[in-house]
Amino acid sequence: MSAVLQNLVNQPYKHGFVTEIESEIAPKGLNEDTIRLISAKKNEPEWLLDFRLKAYQKWLSMSEPNWQNVHYQKIDFQAISYYAAPKPKKKLASMDEVDPELLRTFEKLGVPMHERAALAGVAVDVVFDSVSVATTYKEKLAEVGIIFCSISEAVQKHPELVRQYLGTVVPVGDNFFAALNSAVFTDGSFCYIPRGVKCPMDLSTYFRINTEGSGQFERTLVIAEEGASVSYLEGCTAPQFDTNQLHAAVVELIALDNADIKYSTVQNWYAGDENGVGGIYNFVTKRGLAKGVNSRISWTQVETGSAITWKYPSCILRGDNSVGEFYSVALTNNLQQADTGTKMIHLGKNTRSTIISKGISAGKSNSSYRGLVRITPNARNARNFSQCDSMLVGDQCGAHTFPYIQVHNNSAKVEHEASTSKIGEDQLFYFAQRGIDSEEAVSMIVNGFCKEVFQQLPMEFAVEATKLLSFKLEGSVG
Amino acid sequence: MKNENNQILLDVQNLYASTQDTEILKGINLTVKRGEIHAVMGLNGSGKSTFAKVLAGHPDYTVTQGKIQFEQQDLLALPPEERAQAGVFLAFQYPIEIPGVANSQFLRLAYNTIQSKRGTDELDPLEFDDFVRGKMKLLEMNPDFLDRSVNEGFSGGEKKRNEILQMALLEPKLGVLDETDSGLDIDALKIVAKGVNHLSTEQNAMILITHYQRLLDHIVPDYVHVMEAGRIIKTGGKELALELEKHGYDWLHGDRQNNAGISA
Ligand SMILES: Nc1ncnc2c1ncn2[C@@H]1O[C@H](COP(=O)(O)OP(=O)(O)OP(=O)(O)O)[C@@H](O)[C@H]1O
Ligand SMILES: [Mg+2]
Repeated sequence: MSAVLQNLVNQPYKHGFVTEIESEIAPKGLNEDTIRLISAKKNEPEWLLDFRLKAYQKWLSMSEPNWQNVHYQKIDFQAISYYAAPKPKKKLASMDEVDPELLRTFEKLGVPMHERAALAGVAVDVVFDSVSVATTYKEKLAEVGIIFCSISEAVQKHPELVRQYLGTVVPVGDNFFAALNSAVFTDGSFCYIPRGVKCPMDLSTYFRINTEGSGQFERTLVIAEEGASVSYLEGCTAPQFDTNQLHAAVVELIALDNADIKYSTVQNWYAGDENGVGGIYNFVTKRGLAKGVNSRISWTQVETGSAITWKYPSCILRGDNSVGEFYSVALTNNLQQADTGTKMIHLGKNTRSTIISKGISAGKSNSSYRGLVRITPNARNARNFSQCDSMLVGDQCGAHTFPYIQVHNNSAKVEHEASTSKIGEDQLFYFAQRGIDSEEAVSMIVNGFCKEVFQQLPMEFAVEATKLLSFKLEGSVG
Repeated sequence: MKNENNQILLDVQNLYASTQDTEILKGINLTVKRGEIHAVMGLNGSGKSTFAKVLAGHPDYTVTQGKIQFEQQDLLALPPEERAQAGVFLAFQYPIEIPGVANSQFLRLAYNTIQSKRGTDELDPLEFDDFVRGKMKLLEMNPDFLDRSVNEGFSGGEKKRNEILQMALLEPKLGVLDETDSGLDIDALKIVAKGVNHLSTEQNAMILITHYQRLLDHIVPDYVHVMEAGRIIKTGGKELALELEKHGYDWLHGDRQNNAGISA
């Protein structure tokens, strides 16, 4: 492929900067004492410590998975520090009290938080390192009975709810990284929408990884009671560092009868430099349980960052007539690797699922779609439609599709479509001949390719995502 | 009286170009003045499309010798998008499909990019919609084509018409039409020819690459050039095309030694 295309995809990371806020870091290494330390620091009830210790025991008996189509150096779990918190200052009541350094960070990211909160009517639960720094719009949400806070706060204030649901969708021993998370998670978000309540605004959390060498183990729990609905946004970016950073989050969603949860992610973590040095390892377990009848779980993700991405936001369709959706754009560049997709497990009758996956590979990157559609014997009249499209930018990258389809009920209807296309020199020349330079051309082609997924995102997020993809593919042309 | 030099729009001198070490263009000379229409004919594989693509700056070809002046500016020094912005337009022989990109969006971006380079006003989506529909009417194109992806699933003739639509929108100084007539039905040929005649003014010029006299019945050229093995071996008036149609290209070879301007 030409130099033009090569340059085009070699855009340096724009969000590479480190915010200097003093951190309190636990000594490196993992053992029962570390877990007891975390639990004590966070003043946790006994049952949660037990939960952690049980997970730790499971984890010890498990080995790191190696079936995914990604390659990386073995992670030394004893070299990671499992707890980091900004030095406690006084409690923050409003945005004005937020560390100006942190605000500047958000400014550099192009997401001025106050503006977002005010203009877009978004409540932002800022997770900075592992401890929540500020929460806004809480009162407004509280008026309708919505709880939206850090999971640590939820553990203190709503222990019965956390205890009832934590680990019910992703059990402590579900997989290696989920077990690790369950043992050592330090913070994350908790969201509870009571019966019949439609959440009046999109709930949004910005995650940031900030302390060099510290792993991040976010835990998110979203519960929508009968007839409730919520749209949850998760976005993140990280500063430029030289050592790999492990991120192993767990997200659990639970939708009861007639409830609706829409979970959208735009992920732009540091991917490493052009040689792949220093990027984030993003090994995430995300799963939604459509527990009640007519419930719906919808995942939308735009994955552009991380050195390695390994995640399969999944839906367990237990309730009759429940619906699962997965809309994904995964962009990889340079030496990035992504193995992502979804699992749709049909348990209830008349359950329906839709999978739309768009993979874009540039540079020397590799991206795989891995998806499982399982129709269990009791799932009468289940339907699935899957569409997996790959786009190659240049000719040194790769795209792979691994669809697994297991049908155990012959009333099921399962459709799978796949395509691979390539941004070729001749397409770019066609644009150029009409006066349009290659950066704009690539951006237009890629955004066109991702249209069906972007349509699923809330408006401002869609605009941001469009810009982000252009960023990632832009470069000093010529 | 106008300065004679100002009338020269395109001046190609001794142009050689190759791709992957194969020389395709071997010494093309061509001068095009404003207001002129030139037809370029010649056997398959003689280098007509290559010449058109080299004018437009296609990265597959390397110019090894010669010069191209466009409005007295060195065209070869410009990247392809700047050539387009300077007013060189190529209607492709095989327009490429761009799945996922709506035609309307593409046309508007092209239009606004060129407008902004000319320092003229850009159009917002609504204004542009009116504007482009007007142009489509002229070419008797169904507005449904605006919502479809660029050229995707278009028939051969529809693609060609979409090319002329783009020329109508961008109003280039030099339009190079590479076999725009091939694949057009008789009615479409008349419509496209009408469109081209409508766009042709005293200020701009056209180069029509074609195999058939039938296009030249509708768009009358000032000059007809015949290409062979990478160069222009004969130039004449409009009657040359008729002669070729009658006698075929072999007839030229009998005539060759009498032809001035052919190097040995
Ligand atoms: N990119 C390329 N790589 C290799 N060979 C090429 C390339 N482009 C053109 N050629 C060769 O150069 C010669 C001229 O091709 P060109 O397309 O310019 O011919 P043409 O006169 O337009 O023919 P036609 O009337 O069939 O359209 C042909 O032999 C062709 O195979
Ligand atoms: Mg040709």
